[in-house]
Amino acid sequence: MGSLQDFRKDFDILNSGDYVYFDNAATSQRPRQVLDAVTNFYKTTNANPLRGLYDWSMGATEAYENARSTVADFIGASRAEEIIFTRNTTESLNLVAYSYGMENVHEGDEIVVTVMEHHSNLLPWQMVAKKNGAKLVFLEPDEEGVITKEEYESKITDKTKIVAVGHVSNVFGITNPVKEIAEYAHSKGAIMVVDGAQSTPHMSVDVQAIGADFFALSGHKMLAPMGIGALYGRYELLEKMQPFLTGGEMIEYVTRTDATYAEIPHKFEAGTVNAGDAVGLAAAIEYIKSVGFDKIEEQELKLTKLIMEGLAKLPYIKVYGSKDYRKHCGIVTFTMEGVHPHDMSSVLNDDHVCIRAGHHCAQPLMQFIGAGSTARASVYFYNTEEEVAVFLDKLSKVREVMGYGA
Amino acid sequence: MELKQLYREIVNEHNLHPVNRGKIEDADLVLRGVNPSCGDDITLYMKLDGDVIKAASYDGSGCAISQASVDMMVDQILGKNKEEAIKLAGTFMGMIKGEITDEESIEALDEAAALQDVAHMPARVKCAVLGWHTMQEMLEHPEKAQENK
Repeated sequence: MGSLQDFRKDFDILNSGDYVYFDNAATSQRPRQVLDAVTNFYKTTNANPLRGLYDWSMGATEAYENARSTVADFIGASRAEEIIFTRNTTESLNLVAYSYGMENVHEGDEIVVTVMEHHSNLLPWQMVAKKNGAKLVFLEPDEEGVITKEEYESKITDKTKIVAVGHVSNVFGITNPVKEIAEYAHSKGAIMVVDGAQSTPHMSVDVQAIGADFFALSGHKMLAPMGIGALYGRYELLEKMQPFLTGGEMIEYVTRTDATYAEIPHKFEAGTVNAGDAVGLAAAIEYIKSVGFDKIEEQELKLTKLIMEGLAKLPYIKVYGSKDYRKHCGIVTFTMEGVHPHDMSSVLNDDHVCIRAGHHCAQPLMQFIGAGSTARASVYFYNTEEEVAVFLDKLSKVREVMGYGA
Repeated sequence: MELKQLYREIVNEHNLHPVNRGKIEDADLVLRGVNPSCGDDITLYMKLDGDVIKAASYDGSGCAISQASVDMMVDQILGKNKEEAIKLAGTFMGMIKGEITDEESIEALDEAAALQDVAHMPARVKCAVLGWHTMQEMLEHPEKAQENK
């Protein structure tokens, strides 16, 4: 068990200069162990998995399937076949929308989402609703960013077929009561889809305890390479679903006019799979376990508290979401009076501070809170108190650059 | 020019004290321009006398670079005819994309030439060209710009 500073040493990019990287909610950095695992796969056992009858291909298959088991264990799936590798959360959610939503949502039915959803958990449902004549219903948070019991119990009804909710909002950082919502959704006969892109890197997830029927995650937000993600689906549901993409490696038997499909999960993994990055995702999970969620959370809370205390001292800053730093999951979204977030971000970049500015792929939420655009600082366990101090110092000088007083 | 210097010496003045901001109620052409990656959202208004731009203004919201750029643009196109304005837009966008670098062409942009260094800031290119792009669309496709009136 090393200290967090020891872990930070594994991230070459963080030690390569004086940049403060506070855009972890967009994508994390990767430690050497993950990069090495990917390289090692290609150096030692690269061949097309699931097909070849020779050692390298069998080795690649084993590495790929081991990675699947690692993901399954990590999020509490009951069996490895419930994990489908995808490119990212967006693809995972599209798979559910096309293969489950299009078949099971009909005219007059309702799909319930929150107004906080990332576009990736909104547009697939917009598509299903439009094509099948269903209605999209929005859960709205209160001022603290909370979806209350009254809110979801009034909007999830017997007409609801799918409830799709982000586990953690990528703007407010609030953790939604997905377990309670899932329980209520099930009582109304609906299935529960959870977008776990923003939660999986930061907290221990148990898809069965949550009651998720589907759970989507992205590797790149949790130390793994870009281009690998996963979808958990309850076995009984996956078994009944039609394939999302068709082609190689997902078949059982093919004639000129027809085909039967492979068993799950392979039915949903058409084409040559991304085994190299799946191995990287497994290495990332092992790395996160070696750090430990207790340490991860402790550091994120410490940094979030410092950021929010610092921002509170600047009268021209408005912070969105809960006033309680413990409810931000390392994400602090804010605006600066008179300064557009893009200008703020550009000026901070000049000082080597990286924060996100824009609508964070959540335009309906921006409309809901009445902000065209916001700035967002998001931390991970490898960030430091010194970095927070630099961020706050540079931020306090932005208004002067933008022409407000000296 | 460094970014902070660009703000201090050029952008802030137009952003904080714009001269061409506002709505022309009886405009001949009205067109909205949006930069989806940033959320910059402007509406451009224009009154024509034959081919000549008699009056122009804008409103909306966006980052300082987008707002300052459109404010400067209006200064440059007042009194010009359509063809001259479209040509200026081509020059400005060429300059920002780094495709036009000769001084003689750039001088025609007058004060707006000061934004040349945005060419080295890829994340801000769309902000700088939003007003100019909207103006070009408005004049080349007046049918689009009449629907919004």
